[in-house]
Formats: sequence, structure tokens, C-alpha cells
Amino acid sequence: MGNKIYINGIGIVSAQEEDLFSEGFASTYYENIFPVISPNYRDFIKPMALRRMSKAIKMGITSAKIALKEAEIEVPDAIITGTGEGCKQDTEKFLENMLDQNEKLLTPTSFIQSTHNTIGGQIALNLGCKNYNVTYTQNSVSLETALLDAQMQFDEDPFLNSILVGGVDEISEKITSFRKLDGQLKSVPIKNLDLLKEDSTGTITSEGAYFFALSNKRKENTYAEIQNVSIKNTIPPEKINEEIEAFLETNKLDPADIDTMILGMNGDNRYDYFYKNLQQKLFKNTTQLAYKHLVGDFDTASGYAIYLAGNILKSGKIPSILKLNDIESKAPKNILIYNQYLGRDHSLILLSAF
Amino acid sequence: MTNLHTELKESIIEQLNLEDMDPADISNDEPLFGDGLGLDSIDALELIVLLEKDYGIKLTDPAQGKEIFVSINQMAQFIEENRTK
Repeated sequence: MGNKIYINGIGIVSAQEEDLFSEGFASTYYENIFPVISPNYRDFIKPMALRRMSKAIKMGITSAKIALKEAEIEVPDAIITGTGEGCKQDTEKFLENMLDQNEKLLTPTSFIQSTHNTIGGQIALNLGCKNYNVTYTQNSVSLETALLDAQMQFDEDPFLNSILVGGVDEISEKITSFRKLDGQLKSVPIKNLDLLKEDSTGTITSEGAYFFALSNKRKENTYAEIQNVSIKNTIPPEKINEEIEAFLETNKLDPADIDTMILGMNGDNRYDYFYKNLQQKLFKNTTQLAYKHLVGDFDTASGYAIYLAGNILKSGKIPSILKLNDIESKAPKNILIYNQYLGRDHSLILLSAF
Repeated sequence: MTNLHTELKESIIEQLNLEDMDPADISNDEPLFGDGLGLDSIDALELIVLLEKDYGIKLTDPAQGKEIFVSINQMAQFIEENRTK
């Protein structure tokens, strides 16, 4: 990676309150599909625009505006969005209307807003931004793909100053429940905070929006520097340590330089061995953290890991509810985020203090 | 105000998700678009569907909407003159 990329603003809407770092308090859920804690969207979106927005759009605009405000950017030079399943609520509404109305007299709103790029488009409309605007849909590496594009944009265009990058996914009644039919969710409801103690198949899911105001210029309140991002669709389980060593080598680091590892463990005993392999070998002396017991697993959930990494690097604090082991990391400098879903779509994000 | 006026206001509030609005908040002669209620072009499409679905009126020329969707009074008059259900 050529130019430096700094995270200068973060905006999130998730199933957890934002006082995790100050209070250490975590919200508890007893369902395997749970919603976000909604902010007052009217504080961010005009009522006449808000009235026809589905949750993904509301969450996306709100988190985008929080990130931009923090970074003191009014209109970014690019908006790059990742979403695994897009605007599912409007997709369902449109399909239900088609069935109910026998494919006649269909209203336009839910159709117009059912496309995946509606979120990025609505953010642009809200900001009056006519710059580069692209949405990536790549299952559980959608957000990482958006980050890779941001990385390339910064490398290609020396005049770019700011890029808004984020990931958004919402739950919907029918399409989210397909994950249960497919065995991707636990068969009986569990307490979210017990997710990582479970020894069963499937996980828990939720929704969320995570936007990051990136810039090639550091500010006083910068969270972290994004060093590199890597995506691999397939990695044989026995090669995971090698793959990560090779990634670190390209960044002139070795495993001992990573003082905190954030793992995407989701309590699915069919695939968590990818993480356990790393916990027991390459990173056995590293502080290990997890987060999906807090916000569930969905295609862009790794945005929460970036939010955590940014705050850990900025504050030096690690909330105990994240810890998987007792190894202390007094002044975290390099944090590596590793994620995969169903044994596929492996991603690595390397962040550093500056 | 006739029943049709109230019914129309209730349908518009529901169809266009005009949250926190009651029929009493919409005056019969208030412009629906622009400075009045502030509806936009997507709402116009929703209103065309509403006319056909609820009153059996099919607008063949979308430009007609400009004359019909001026206000609740105008819409109610057009519906009374053209409704098939």
C-alpha cells in the first residue's frame, strides 16, 4: 500500500450502546435475531425524506453523517459502501406487493429502494455529493472490498483527500430467517453473551451500519492508520497460519509485532477452528478479542471490529467483555482483524497506532 | 368536508408514510406539492397507483397528474367525476 490512510471519523449504529468503552456495559439479547439500538433518526434526516426510508438507509445515513461530522468533512471525495444483502426490507415489501396485487398496480417506492446501491445513493443525495459512488456486494467481505477500493483510490489519485467508506446490513422478516432454514443460525434461542461458550452449529445475527471517514491526512483526533486489507475467498484450514504470516511479511511485520488480534469467532463449531488454530499457534502470546457475541454475525459485522480497533488504538483501553485470554496489551500498537464466514471469504485488516 | 375528503387524506397519509400527520393537518385547498405538503415526484407515482387501486381511475397521461394533484379539493372533485368503484 502506498499512501497512508487514516481513520478520522467513525459513525456506527449497532446492537450495542456506544458506552462500551466508558462503562463496559453490554446489551443482552435472548433471541438469535436481534435489532440495532436505533438512534433518533430525525436528528440526522429530514422527516419528509425519512418517511419512506427502510432501516438500512436510515442507519447508513445516520452513521455516515456521524463519521463525517467527527472528521469535519461536509462532502467527501468518494462514497464507497459495502453491503452483503442490501435493502432487504424494501425487497420483501415489493415482492409481497407483487403477490398481493397479482403483479398489478405496484407502487414505486419499495421497488426503487430495494436495490443494494440505494444506501450509498441516499447518503449522496442527503449530502449533495456528486463524487465517485460505488457499492460492493461480496457476501461477508463486502465492507473489506469497499476498503480495498478506497485504498486503490487513494493510491491512484493524489488529489483525493477524503473517502467515506462503510458497511450496512439490515434484518428483515423473511430473508433473514432463510439463514435459519439453511442452518446458519443456532436452532434454539441463546443469550448473546454466551455465544462463544456454545458448542453447537450456527450463530446469532443482527444488523448494523459502520461508516469511516478516511483521509490521507492525519488529524489531532485520528483513531488509527489502516495499514492494509486482504481478502481471500478460500484458505485451506491447515494453511491459515501460513497465509497470515505471508500477509504480515508483506507489511514488514512478524506475528510478535501484533499485540492485539480481533477474531470474528461466531460460536459455530463447524468453522471456528480457523480462529482456534490461530489462537493456539501464531497468536498464542497475543491479546485475543472477539465481538460477535455483542453484535451478532452478518455480512458487514466486521465493521464493528474496525470500530473497536480504532477506539482501542486511540484510547489504549480494551473493554474486558471482548477478551478471550488474559494476555495484557498495555499500549496496543498493531491490531489485526481476521474474519471468515462458513469457512469462506477470509479477510484481514491491519490497523496501527501512529 | 365530505367523507371522500377525509378518506383521501387518510389514504395519502398511509400510502405516503406521512408519519405524525392527521387528516386535520392537511387543508383541503393546501398545495400537495412544492411549498404546501411538500410531496415529490415519487409521491406523484404513488398517487397515480392510489387512484387506480381505490377508485378505478386509470390515468393514461401522467401529465394529467399536475392538474389533479393540486390539492385535496381538486383530487376529490376529479374522483367524484371519474370514479368507477
